[in-house]
Amino acid sequence: MHKESAIRQPLILGDKTYHQITEDVCAPVEGKANRMWYIAFTISAIAALWGLGCIMYTIGRGIGVWGLNTTVGWAWDITNFVWWVGIGHAGTLISAVLLLFRQKWRMAINRSAEAMTIFAVIMAALFPGIHMGRIWMAYWVLPLPNQYGSLWVNFNSPLLWDVFAISTYFSVSLVFWYIGLIPDFATIRDRAKRAIPKKIYGTLAFGWTGDAKAWIRFEEVSLVLAGLATPLVFSVHSIVSMDFATSVIPGWHTTIFPPYFVAGAVFSGFAMVQTLLIIARKVVNMQAYITPKHIEYMNIVIIITGSMVGVAYLTELFISWYSGVEYEQYAFINRFSGPYWWAYWSMMTCNVITPQLYWIKKIRTSLMASFVISIFVNIGMWFERFVIIVTSLHRDYIPSNWSMFHPTFVDIGIFIGTIGIFFTLFLLYARTFPILALNELKSILKASGNNYKNENNQNN
Amino acid sequence: MSGGKKIYGLYNDDDILKQGASVLVNNGVNISTTYSPFPIHGIEKIIGMKWTRLAIVAFMFGITGTMLALLGMGYFMIMDWPMNIGGKPSFDLYQNLPAFIPVTFEFTVLCAAHCMAITYLIRNKTFPGSKARNPHPRTTDDHFAIEVLMDDNLKYSDDKIHMMLKETGTVETFEK
Repeated sequence: MHKESAIRQPLILGDKTYHQITEDVCAPVEGKANRMWYIAFTISAIAALWGLGCIMYTIGRGIGVWGLNTTVGWAWDITNFVWWVGIGHAGTLISAVLLLFRQKWRMAINRSAEAMTIFAVIMAALFPGIHMGRIWMAYWVLPLPNQYGSLWVNFNSPLLWDVFAISTYFSVSLVFWYIGLIPDFATIRDRAKRAIPKKIYGTLAFGWTGDAKAWIRFEEVSLVLAGLATPLVFSVHSIVSMDFATSVIPGWHTTIFPPYFVAGAVFSGFAMVQTLLIIARKVVNMQAYITPKHIEYMNIVIIITGSMVGVAYLTELFISWYSGVEYEQYAFINRFSGPYWWAYWSMMTCNVITPQLYWIKKIRTSLMASFVISIFVNIGMWFERFVIIVTSLHRDYIPSNWSMFHPTFVDIGIFIGTIGIFFTLFLLYARTFPILALNELKSILKASGNNYKNENNQNN
Repeated sequence: MSGGKKIYGLYNDDDILKQGASVLVNNGVNISTTYSPFPIHGIEKIIGMKWTRLAIVAFMFGITGTMLALLGMGYFMIMDWPMNIGGKPSFDLYQNLPAFIPVTFEFTVLCAAHCMAITYLIRNKTFPGSKARNPHPRTTDDHFAIEVLMDDNLKYSDDKIHMMLKETGTVETFEK
């Protein structure tokens, strides 16, 4: 058995046994939803429907219904795309990187974080899709033989790298998530009393046996997938950043983008995990597993990545001055003092100043403060992408081209809609899937469970 | 799995199962496998089970992905329809290689991860709609089982195996 230091805080609180863990995690799946769930679901579903309506309208009328113009050709659509991809970075980071580093606290949060990743990447992929205008031509992004010559897609273009990066990231995350879910679905299958749930979870569990060889393979596959997914996490947002960095727009054409985007993605992803889990632990009664210590660990990741983002903002400013390039210098002066100054300063406040509050232990360990700050970070990271995209474009080389971006109701509707779809999917997930990784939690119970820890301490 | 008779010993703790398995193996009993709700570390050494080669499989699939990506891009961008895009070299694969690295990497990961996952499902014989094959429904909850295949243990009678299992602290023993 794995030994753990006595002074390390327990990760599973209360007097839990293996069976109790099963009971607790299966309760939301087997029981009925409470009123809070229905209220949240209704609100999310209405937002989702509104968003779907706006998407249909866009597809029907073309992207002229958005606020884009010839100067600002990318605006809310790509802002939302990058924001959602960034949010989608925490899940695989938690399950892959923390697995490689053998961080046991990941086990209570990895399942939900991965679910969040998958839903967020679906939301992200939606935006380039509808931005194509003619979405029925979306398969043109793939290198398929065709009647035009054959005319192939351009493998020199970061936009195409993005197609490969996002689709690999999405499908590998999905596989990683599902491989972990199979044994837990088997647990629900073996407990199900009614015929239909038994049939459904039986199908989802793929006939899992849990024999020794299957577990050996399970652990090996998890480890190799973690090894593969770790560079994948870093590559995806690096490639997203190259969509900008390889262009010749002042404010975009910088080598700092890949690391800065990856840090920002982890930062926003952890913030979204915080937002979701601080609520979810209450609603589905998982306080014994997602403890204040887990929240504190995540806050530490937020403060580190937040500081990295802060350093990157300042470096960008310094380099733009130091480069001596007038256009580059103007792009940054325009960011903090131009017509979009409010977006820049919202970004600075939310991303650089608020997370620094986590240096204070009282704030770092307070659930309420963590929740509020996580919302601030979510907002700040949205503004970061808006600042990078819109303020760099709206005043480029020729002043006669200068323009402003004004979102239409369709832009706003689609953005709110994606938040609605995301929460609808997450709420459905919370009621039908085992939201904690049962098998992993059981494997750390004897090392990190409260009751076992006390027992071990008394024996020593 | 053969059709011979199987005897199971059911435990309610993984450490008791591990001790029990050591005792049985020392007495010359061949344990075919164990069933548990989570991986029991070290059990494979006790019951003499070989480690999986799935990692090697993943590496092979990964290398295949790398080759396919490079071959594909070489054909599309260099041989079939070379394009001058921003003056980037399009004369040979080697010169154009830096621009092809991201897709090569992504495709390597794509092939390695998916093909390994499919191999994993095939080797475990787990597919959508497969029937549950664990001996007792509680082995996915909080119980642990040792499986003894009688065809592998011809020198012992059924009753003797039952008795030996019980001595190691089982909750119950049963046959299938």
